[in-house]
Amino acid sequence: MAISNIWYFLSALTLLSALMVVLAKNPIHSVLYLVFTFFCISGHYVLLNAQFLMAVNIIVYAGAIMVLFLFVIMMFDLKKNQPESKSSLTKLAGSVVAGTLLVLFIALLRKNTLQAPLEANFKSQTGMVETLGKLLYTEYLLPFELISILFFVAMVGAVMLGKREAGERNF
Amino acid sequence: MELLSDLFLAKAAFIGIVFAITLGVAAYSTYFERKIAAFMQDRIGPDRAGPFGILQPLADAVKMFMKEDFIPANSNKWLFIAGPCLSMLTALMTSAVVPFGDTVTIGGTTFDLQGIDVNIGILWVFGIVSLGVYGILIGGWASNNKYSLLGAIRAASQNISYELAMGLAIIAILLFTGSLSTKAIVEGQQNGHWNIFYQPLGFIIFLICAFAECNRTPFDLPECETELIGGYHTEYSSMKLGFYLFAEYINMFISGAVMATLYFGGYDYPGIDFVTAQFGNNVAVFVGMGALIGKSLLFVFVFMWVRWTLPRFRYDQLMGLGWAGLIPLSMYNVVVTAFGILIGKPFTAGVVGVILLIVGLFVHDQLFVKKKIA
Repeated sequence: MAISNIWYFLSALTLLSALMVVLAKNPIHSVLYLVFTFFCISGHYVLLNAQFLMAVNIIVYAGAIMVLFLFVIMMFDLKKNQPESKSSLTKLAGSVVAGTLLVLFIALLRKNTLQAPLEANFKSQTGMVETLGKLLYTEYLLPFELISILFFVAMVGAVMLGKREAGERNF
Repeated sequence: MELLSDLFLAKAAFIGIVFAITLGVAAYSTYFERKIAAFMQDRIGPDRAGPFGILQPLADAVKMFMKEDFIPANSNKWLFIAGPCLSMLTALMTSAVVPFGDTVTIGGTTFDLQGIDVNIGILWVFGIVSLGVYGILIGGWASNNKYSLLGAIRAASQNISYELAMGLAIIAILLFTGSLSTKAIVEGQQNGHWNIFYQPLGFIIFLICAFAECNRTPFDLPECETELIGGYHTEYSSMKLGFYLFAEYINMFISGAVMATLYFGGYDYPGIDFVTAQFGNNVAVFVGMGALIGKSLLFVFVFMWVRWTLPRFRYDQLMGLGWAGLIPLSMYNVVVTAFGILIGKPFTAGVVGVILLIVGLFVHDQLFVKKKIA
């Protein structure tokens, strides 16, 4: 099987599952389709020879964030909290906006023919974890450290928000 | 991509053998679980099916398949079926990156006794472990039963909490090896330089996290019978229940293999040079594969031993241990390990780190913890 066929299959699967995230009536199904979409995107990373990104994508998104999404949605009583269906005006407005965006994108793509990367400059090891780590700790050291401070602040903030204040109830 | 090349067939055969070993071990774990429980409680245990009850797993399987397969009304049928399937799938996927042995040469062709040797091996294990909770979560929710849901929610929060400490314990190993590949981690430990000697604290953290990730006693709160009937598998019957229980035993075996890979030298064993000199490379490699499986079985025994020795934790104790106990401890471990590598004496730093920790805990206990007056 040629690699481009795998790419087409994977892309079709990604788009289909991403569509199902929006179209599914049940929020739990939506989340599960979203998890599947993340798997498809991880498959694309493997095709790009970026295995580290693939693993991190699965660990962070599919393994942690989506589990928490499921966790929260399972706490809802879905029968009571049905969102009321949108009026036809909202639907019409949404379709017009989405259609305009689609036309814009197609026009953009037709105007600018994207350059394929030259085969001579292509390095197959770019996505490997060793290359990535060296790049992060040399060329992009400052942004990397700043991001880690940002994460640290967010973590402390989450702990502060979650902390029970004195005299508050236990549950 | 040639589909029927020698390499592909060899890999397929190897993965098939690994699956067969894993499933066989998991089936017989149920038998030994009962035998060990019986031994610890001064009973005889299963002894009816065959000599010493050795056919008991077979009888259990027949029983599981013959029982009525029940799907509760108002449950989400597809997700109800998907739950145990996902549990089995994620349990079996981890073994792909565990290196079961070095390379063997049969008929002039060299085979690698490992499913896939990727340079992100340990991240793969970590990713699949974090996916393992989906089977329980989906099954518990789809059952349309509040006890199942409570069990599923407990499983989710427990797994996420203990993943963090597990990841930090792995980071200390990666500091030693400098590679994410499981093969490189094992090759760095050959000739008796096992990571357990340099990372005793890290190993204890990893072991506790493995208990929590496998939902084994003392952390089996998702299926806590005293509070939640059967937890996430309350509504399950027949082989669907069987798959959930089976997945737990597979997880035990595979996490034993991962612990052996990370901390106990993988397929390394004492006297490997002697065996190589006497019987050739291939025999030595297969003995190494046996050594790895033996180490994993030892861990399976530890899992059972703990199950029949310790009582279950309370849920707030579990969360407290994970967040306030293990995560600071593993961060301390990472710092000590990094310091040891910096000064070039990892072994001394590890020992001094453990001693300092014990002294610190003792001083803290004496100074700040109020004693109850007896």
